[in-house]
Amino acid sequence: MKRTVALLMENQSGALSRVVGLFSQRGYNIESLIVAPTEDPSLSRLTMTTTGDAKVIEQITKQLNKLIDVVKVLDLGESDHIERELMLVKFANASITQETIVKLDGEIVFENSELLNAQFVGSSKDLDQVVKKLEFSNPLEIVRTGASGISSNLKTLTI
Amino acid sequence: MSKEQISGADALLRSLHEEGVELVFGYPGGAALHIYDAIFNQEHVDHILVRHEQGAVHAADGYARSSGKPGVAIVTSGPGATNAITGLATAYMDSTPIVVISGQVRTNLIGTDSFQETDMIGVSRPIVKHSFLVQKAEDIPLIVKKAFHIATTGRPGPVVIDVPKDVTDPAHTFNFEYPKEIDIRSYKPVKEGHSGQIKRAVKLLLRAKKPVIYSGGGVIQDNASSELIKLAKLLDFPVTNTLMGLGAYPGSDPKFLGMLGMHGTYEANMAMHNCDLILAVGARFDDRITNNPDKFSLGAKKIHIDIDPASLSKIIDIDVPIVGSAKECLNQINKELGVKSNKIDHEKLEPWHQQISAWKEAHGLNHHLLEKKPSGKKILPQQVIQSLYKETKGEAFITSDVGQHQMFAAQYYFFNKPRQWINSGGLGTMGFGLPSAMGVQIAFPESDVACVTGEGSIQMCIQELSTCLQYGLPIKIINLNNAALGMVKQWQDMQYGGRHSSSTYEDSLPDFVALAESYGHIGLKVKKYEDLESAMKECFAKKDKLVFLDVDVDPEEHVYPMLEAGMSMEDMHLSKEIKTWK
Repeated sequence: MKRTVALLMENQSGALSRVVGLFSQRGYNIESLIVAPTEDPSLSRLTMTTTGDAKVIEQITKQLNKLIDVVKVLDLGESDHIERELMLVKFANASITQETIVKLDGEIVFENSELLNAQFVGSSKDLDQVVKKLEFSNPLEIVRTGASGISSNLKTLTI
Repeated sequence: MSKEQISGADALLRSLHEEGVELVFGYPGGAALHIYDAIFNQEHVDHILVRHEQGAVHAADGYARSSGKPGVAIVTSGPGATNAITGLATAYMDSTPIVVISGQVRTNLIGTDSFQETDMIGVSRPIVKHSFLVQKAEDIPLIVKKAFHIATTGRPGPVVIDVPKDVTDPAHTFNFEYPKEIDIRSYKPVKEGHSGQIKRAVKLLLRAKKPVIYSGGGVIQDNASSELIKLAKLLDFPVTNTLMGLGAYPGSDPKFLGMLGMHGTYEANMAMHNCDLILAVGARFDDRITNNPDKFSLGAKKIHIDIDPASLSKIIDIDVPIVGSAKECLNQINKELGVKSNKIDHEKLEPWHQQISAWKEAHGLNHHLLEKKPSGKKILPQQVIQSLYKETKGEAFITSDVGQHQMFAAQYYFFNKPRQWINSGGLGTMGFGLPSAMGVQIAFPESDVACVTGEGSIQMCIQELSTCLQYGLPIKIINLNNAALGMVKQWQDMQYGGRHSSSTYEDSLPDFVALAESYGHIGLKVKKYEDLESAMKECFAKKDKLVFLDVDVDPEEHVYPMLEAGMSMEDMHLSKEIKTWK
């Protein structure tokens, strides 16, 4: 089972390594990880997708909560939530048309005589589909950020 | 408090003093020299110079376990820091409150592979409750305050403070002020149990016909022994303790089942397997207890009280999980039971008590081996523990190393008080016994402290004999010498067709009597059973001397009972010939 967990942690050196270290120490998987400071610069927000059954996810959230640098943990998979991921793709200019990109809900963000960069935003599943469809256009490079998420109810991950 | 200008090193010592620290164990080195100069220049905090940093951390750990106060060790950077790692891991696995201060290279050298540089924060990360890298001298008071708060509250554990050398430079001074209060927004351990869960637990407790209380190290850490005894007496429930929990319930009480688990008593393991209710307090259902979790006590409802939410339903699914401190939650349960005392029915437990007595009768441990007259036979290791118990009237602090001797001590010494039994249960660290005994002896200079060890374990931190001489620590070392790595050999006997791969020493053992004497102590050798009790007496009669009592024990002896791996708690080897399953 794939699950998205979000957390707030102290924005200081060492905090991230404790979170990531926990996963390797206890044999959990990290599928993707995304982290950035919040509007409160003392806090960073981290979103990760992981796999495991309900018991494993429960242990993960409990163990994350135990870390002194972790302020708050939210298992987004517990309720309705939105997940979005950003994907940047590089093409040789001749290999793809603007029309194809727009059809796939993408946007050209850079272009010159040799190449173009496009961006796509969507759920990780949607982007998987886009990647498949882009195969025919021989993309030179694909970069994905990993999913970020927010709950779609009044529950907030704030302090 | 008045402000004054002092250096980072002085601030560190002042902060330790503010935390009530009276002594630290340590070993100096380049990166820690400013700190050591600060130690020299003050008189509140004593320093005990060990002979190896592992010894410093184990000693601080032994000090903490026996006294309940946090233990402190100071080491230098690089090898000093890495030598402290085994001690940290030991404290982490057994959740003991210690603070380790490690010197670090100057901040401008960090990351340059400079001399004696180790990323202590990185290396220790998986085995500490938390750690701090001090960035500037001004941060020292707050970091020390936080470190002690984190180490000693919630589920206790080791905390590392890594201190770069320039941060303690005497040339830089600042206004020292120690914080009175501390508030860490991300760390608020719960004390009180959820009242609804307490009520649910009490309901189950009153309904049970075949209950067991299974308590662990958490009860000792939280000083909840009297609450546990009160509960057990109120309900007339039998009690078993984990290896870490021995002493929380009086070992010689008739309702005590002894230790449970891998080498637990027959009656404790049978009771766990056949009960209808388990009340687990400050214990964590680890693999040395449950054996195969899929076959663990299938007929029992389970209540689990633990300060660490992550311990609940981690291995065994729990019916009534309660997050909170052992002391608070037991108090809440006792209160609730007080209200419902008319519903307590001791009579319905009678068949269960009879069943337990029958189990004890059938295969309980023989605590009267000393009465067995010797017939030219070798000394049994169990007899040595019984002799030790008799000679110390059950009142000594006992530390141990790891292996057969540890299990014999746990099985045959009745621990009647908490904090009396000090051993490395979680990590299983050979070499823990002697240095931890130093910590205990320093915390309790007037008490008898015995280190039960084996000729394998004792050699892992034997250098601390020199520390014991320097500080006049009259520890009694009881060496169960079977001339082999006994527990390894036992497994090789049982599971590897008796092939003793690298578990004996081919006549290379030292003369422990001469060795003890060369360190300035007394050495005694016992080879015959008839000399055992008189030697034990002589050993403890030497009140102010360390005595190394080297006893040749029967090398063929195995520790029983022993759970059969992969099966349930009722599947035990009871001797070399007898097992409980078909």
